[in-house]
Amino acid sequence: MSKETTPLWEVFIRPRNGLAHRHCGSLHAADAEMALQAARDVYTRRGEGTSIWVVPSAQITASDPKDKDALFEPTAEKIYRHPTFYDIPDEVGHM
Amino acid sequence: MKEELFELLLRLADDHLVLGHRISEWCGHAPTLEEDLALPNIALDLIGQARSLYTYAGEIEGKGRDEDHLAYLRLEREYRNLLLVERPNGDFAHTILRQLYFSVFMQAWWREAVASTDETLAAIAAKAVKESVYHVRHAAEWTIRLGDGTEESARRMAAAVDALYRYTGELFETDQVTDSLAAAGVAPDPASLKDEWDRTIAEIFAEARLELPDPRTWQQTGGRKGFHGEEMGYLLAELQYVQRAYPGLTW
Repeated sequence: MSKETTPLWEVFIRPRNGLAHRHCGSLHAADAEMALQAARDVYTRRGEGTSIWVVPSAQITASDPKDKDALFEPTAEKIYRHPTFYDIPDEVGHM
Repeated sequence: MKEELFELLLRLADDHLVLGHRISEWCGHAPTLEEDLALPNIALDLIGQARSLYTYAGEIEGKGRDEDHLAYLRLEREYRNLLLVERPNGDFAHTILRQLYFSVFMQAWWREAVASTDETLAAIAAKAVKESVYHVRHAAEWTIRLGDGTEESARRMAAAVDALYRYTGELFETDQVTDSLAAAGVAPDPASLKDEWDRTIAEIFAEARLELPDPRTWQQTGGRKGFHGEEMGYLLAELQYVQRAYPGLTW
């Protein structure tokens, strides 16, 4: 089975109604229908899901791990961006 | 009626155990990792169905034989399975087509058996019919991908059609056992499922661009009477080895 005839797919599973689909892994399959079937066997054998999405991996544009510093670090330095920075008056209660 | 029901349960259980064993032979050898999970998954379904059927058969017989005894301690001539299910795996195309032929038949059989006048059989059918829907889908999708795939996959699929069609006639055979159970509403009449089976297979083959075999093809028979191919002995040797070497062993 070559990569050409069985491309890579990303699998998303929704564990329960009301929750979002979560990425849980990938697999090779000839097309979307076969990918869905394989996902059922590979990822939902122990009652993990109520719904499955499969997406061709080639359709995903991902950030480069090299850009990690530029993309994510600055936010960590601006502590006022984080909710824990502010003192909340007791009267407000839970927010 | 009790004897007929026992005979029918044994036939069905043997079909499922033997095919389940054949499919389980792919475990660790399937063409892709994904199939290596799908095929044993199907094997587990089949063996699970065999277990329910053997257990019930043992109760009906009333001679104290349990599922292990019926599955592991009978001689080759006492097995009542179809010749189709004992056919060797061959290449992947043979495995897929054998599964398609059997599952399309069983899906219809279980669906009818849900309405059985025998409550236990109806309950087993209600569970099994859901599993058989998935088995048909798996085998059908692969048949279509391989038949309408590359030149090589189409050639291999066509060779499988050639090799296995002569084992399908047995699915629809009737005898005194099936006749009297059908008349009593206990089990579907296998012959009545033939048209639906032909139609479903024809639809799948059309999509797979596979040529339908000549319906006049000479058909093998004998499995229900205990006459098996030479491959059956090897299969049973492996299947029964542990129970024969260590009698009474349990998990």
